[in-house]
Amino acid sequence: MTRFRVAVQIVPRRGILDPQGKAVSDALHSLGFASVGDVRVGRHLVLDTDAESAADAESSVARMCEQLLANPVTEDFVISAVVPA
Amino acid sequence: MKVGIVRFPGSNCDEDAYHAIVDHVGAQAVFCWHKDHDLQGADLVILPGGFSYGDYLRPGAIARFSPIMQEVVAHAKRGAPVLAICNGFQIACEAGLLPGALLRNIRLQFICEQTHLRVETIGTRFTSRYHIDQVIRIPIAHGDGRYTADPDTLARLEGEGHVVFRYVDSSGHVTEAANPNGSLRNIAGISNGAGNVLGMMPHPERAVDDQLGSSDGLPLLQSLADAMLGGVAA
Repeated sequence: MTRFRVAVQIVPRRGILDPQGKAVSDALHSLGFASVGDVRVGRHLVLDTDAESAADAESSVARMCEQLLANPVTEDFVISAVVPA
Repeated sequence: MKVGIVRFPGSNCDEDAYHAIVDHVGAQAVFCWHKDHDLQGADLVILPGGFSYGDYLRPGAIARFSPIMQEVVAHAKRGAPVLAICNGFQIACEAGLLPGALLRNIRLQFICEQTHLRVETIGTRFTSRYHIDQVIRIPIAHGDGRYTADPDTLARLEGEGHVVFRYVDSSGHVTEAANPNGSLRNIAGISNGAGNVLGMMPHPERAVDDQLGSSDGLPLLQSLADAMLGGVAA
């Protein structure tokens, strides 16, 4: 078993109104960042978990996302990093 | 009628629900601790409002895994009634008892105010004492009440008559201005397919006495008591 550190990003699904994201987008526009389009504000979680391999750690965290960390009705998740802790 | 009111860490409308049931409906009520597996023989389960588990992660996301929720889900699967109010509604959606989800209010503010609701169906055990299209006044108090579901789910809810309450103006019209939180189609309350689980963001238990601003929530609780006595299956 190795301890891995896994980063996961959870964001409101496209097509679902994200008022926080819209407020951030509007603020960026008012600062002159006219190139900014859609903005989604979500959560970033970093978990330490024991697994046989990086692939096992990633699939384990994917199951955690499906069951608890993300709402399957409104949110998508992306596992962005799996590194030894 | 015996009512089981579930208490999660952070529930704060449990006493209001108890007061409404015992002092205004005249029924028996007991508190059910979330760590227990015991609904104490309750006929009706109330999932009350509050901030269970501090709304950590998402409102209701962690409470749905409390031990008592296994019993609440089993109770609902048997066709017995569950009234899920505010945070209870959020928990019921997270637990899969009701479709959809409740997101941050569209203007990102916590809102505590009276709202007007239109009764969309009286063919439920929760609404038999109202009349169709009746406009009632029930308060809301939430930061995450924006009802959202995918288009297929919305069409099914509408088509099968499971939208129970909608936010309206005082004349009963569905308008954007009357929608406090940005809920799709002004939805304030829905029932499940079998009609035995009602989820709503407004607080009927806080509207049982004219001295507190409205008694329009009382018929909802009385409808449930009627259904118990009469064995109404709807």
